[in-house]
Amino acid sequence: MKINAQAYKFFNIEIVVPIVFLLLSFGAWQFSGLSGAFVLNQVIIRFIRDGILVLSLVIPVVAGMGLNFAVIVGAMCTQAALLFVINYQMAGVAGILLVIFLSILFSLLAGLAIGFVLNRVKGKEMIVTIIIGFLANSIYQLVFLVGFGTFIPVINEEIILSRGVGVRNAVDLSMYRNTIDKLWLFKIGEIEVPLFMILMVLLFAGLIYYLLNTRFGQEIKAVGSSHEKAEIAGINVDLIRIKVLILSTVLAALGQLVFLQNIGMFDVYTAHMNADVISCAALLAGGASIKSAKIRHALIGIFLFHTLFIVSPQAGQNLFHNAALGEYFRSFVAYGTIAFALIINIKHEDK
Amino acid sequence: MMNTGCIKPPQIIILIFLAVLLGLAHFLKMDLAGLFNESLIKLVMNGVLVLSLIPMLNAGAGMNFGLPVGITGGLISMCIAVNFRLAGWPGFLMSLLLSVAICGILGWIYGLILNRVKGREEIAGTFIGLSLIPLMNYFWTLAPFQNRQMLYPIGGQGLRPKITLEPYFYNILDNFSLVKLGALEIPLGLLGFYGLICLGLYLFFRTKAGRAAMATGENEAFARLSGIDIFGTRRLAIILSTVIAGIGICVYSQSYGFIQLYDAPLAMYFPAISAVLIGGSNGRRAFIFQAVLGAYLLQTIYLLTVPIANEVLVPEITEILRTLITYSIILYALLYRERQRGIGH
Repeated sequence: MKINAQAYKFFNIEIVVPIVFLLLSFGAWQFSGLSGAFVLNQVIIRFIRDGILVLSLVIPVVAGMGLNFAVIVGAMCTQAALLFVINYQMAGVAGILLVIFLSILFSLLAGLAIGFVLNRVKGKEMIVTIIIGFLANSIYQLVFLVGFGTFIPVINEEIILSRGVGVRNAVDLSMYRNTIDKLWLFKIGEIEVPLFMILMVLLFAGLIYYLLNTRFGQEIKAVGSSHEKAEIAGINVDLIRIKVLILSTVLAALGQLVFLQNIGMFDVYTAHMNADVISCAALLAGGASIKSAKIRHALIGIFLFHTLFIVSPQAGQNLFHNAALGEYFRSFVAYGTIAFALIINIKHEDK
Repeated sequence: MMNTGCIKPPQIIILIFLAVLLGLAHFLKMDLAGLFNESLIKLVMNGVLVLSLIPMLNAGAGMNFGLPVGITGGLISMCIAVNFRLAGWPGFLMSLLLSVAICGILGWIYGLILNRVKGREEIAGTFIGLSLIPLMNYFWTLAPFQNRQMLYPIGGQGLRPKITLEPYFYNILDNFSLVKLGALEIPLGLLGFYGLICLGLYLFFRTKAGRAAMATGENEAFARLSGIDIFGTRRLAIILSTVIAGIGICVYSQSYGFIQLYDAPLAMYFPAISAVLIGGSNGRRAFIFQAVLGAYLLQTIYLLTVPIANEVLVPEITEILRTLITYSIILYALLYRERQRGIGH
């Protein structure tokens, strides 16, 4: 048993998982034949796009609620805000400010609702957040595919399907594109470094780090380790959990905003799909578990996971002459990482 | 929890929705007898998959969000049967036999994993199912199947996403002792097969092992005290669920006419779970009657929405409403079930 315990310590998940990802991505990169500069550029772009989304997952894990798959709802809130603003044809700075305001407002309300729901299912938050995500997606489709043109007045005809009802599959965001991406853009050799955006992701990381070390953060950690003890210490567990969910959803909404403005095109019905799974897998790849997550896990995880994500289709093409196999490998890694983390962690819980 | 007959909000919503659809169908002068014939086939086509959820639910292993595990087993066995060009009854029976064997093994492994994550089967099952799909995509692409009709035409690699069963065992159960009464067609063979599985499940829950499973699901601590091997019982229930799911997909495919590979199993587990909940299960326990009723109600709704969709301006609305109902019912069950447990403490 003692050797076993030592072995566990040695093969700590926090170290093993990132190393496995490192080896896998390195191997896949070797086979992909992509240049290092290309991969690095891509990873930096992904880091900016997904950074805040992944960071939004950290707080719920610390609060003991596991992976919050409902971040997808936050993403949909942003998309809803964007569509409403585009519909009312607000361009420029005023438009962007209104999008930010609306997405925060929507995600705040959504977070509040999800928080209330999750307080009724303590211990089973993850499966419920998944279902909430799917349900929200149905409601989102109902509003934008059916609602627009029937009970929501259409002002901007450009975003509507030719039949007059429902929003098109893709909406152009060129009026907002690269407004902040290209700020402080440095070039080191072939590598482009958008310093402003990187600093912004790091700023959010710093904010969350700071928040977790304030009194509120201590309360979150207390709730995360034991509801009973937190209750005894005079903490309102339900309220803390609702606040955590609101924070997470709002952060996810902001993350999706950064994501969309970076891409510049907006696939109305698919842009948010898999945002939850990919972000969760990225967080876990950095060494987090469903019981503990730190900021560094998120930051390392995005790099490791997205490197693998970028190189694997090309590696599949070169190894098997079939790019689809690389795609399958990608989805297997994303889902498999989460499945693995769940199985390992829940087993440890029993000890 | 004896008030299983009591009608709860999900059932009310479903019944209202069904009544509205039936009214619309009548109003649109649709062929009601034809719809009824088709509804019987749809019931069995999806009903076996719904039945497969019962052993796990009753053994306390939760709603089986890992249904793709069993479906995969059934798909492999049908592919093998088709690969050897087994047509007609030999093909179908071989598929069933292989399903039992392959799903038995898969279910055993699935059971081992789920026993490690006791209490969190649903979330673990979801991701086991989700990660099995891309893994199986490798298999479908690389496995050395020989039958040209199954493979991609020149230029592709591996099996095609939809393999036709037309020359093999398409509709073999559907057309087995089909009785015609005027406009009505009663597929006695199909219903008989369904009845056999129901009877098998019913008898299983009368055996010692079945009673142990029920006891485990109802009160685990008590079951342990009375000397029941909790893990063994749960594993048995999970294997049984997986095997029935494998048989379920065989029945489904012979009705549908195609073996659907790749990502297709992903579209199957939410409707199945919501069906058993619509039938009145509380998400912790399910009776066979509830699974049959739920499957019938849900499939009739699905059936009615297709022609109606063509009549309205936005055809997507019926599909969206379907998913909306499916997820709402599952969410409702999850919330309601937890509250019941909360009161129990």
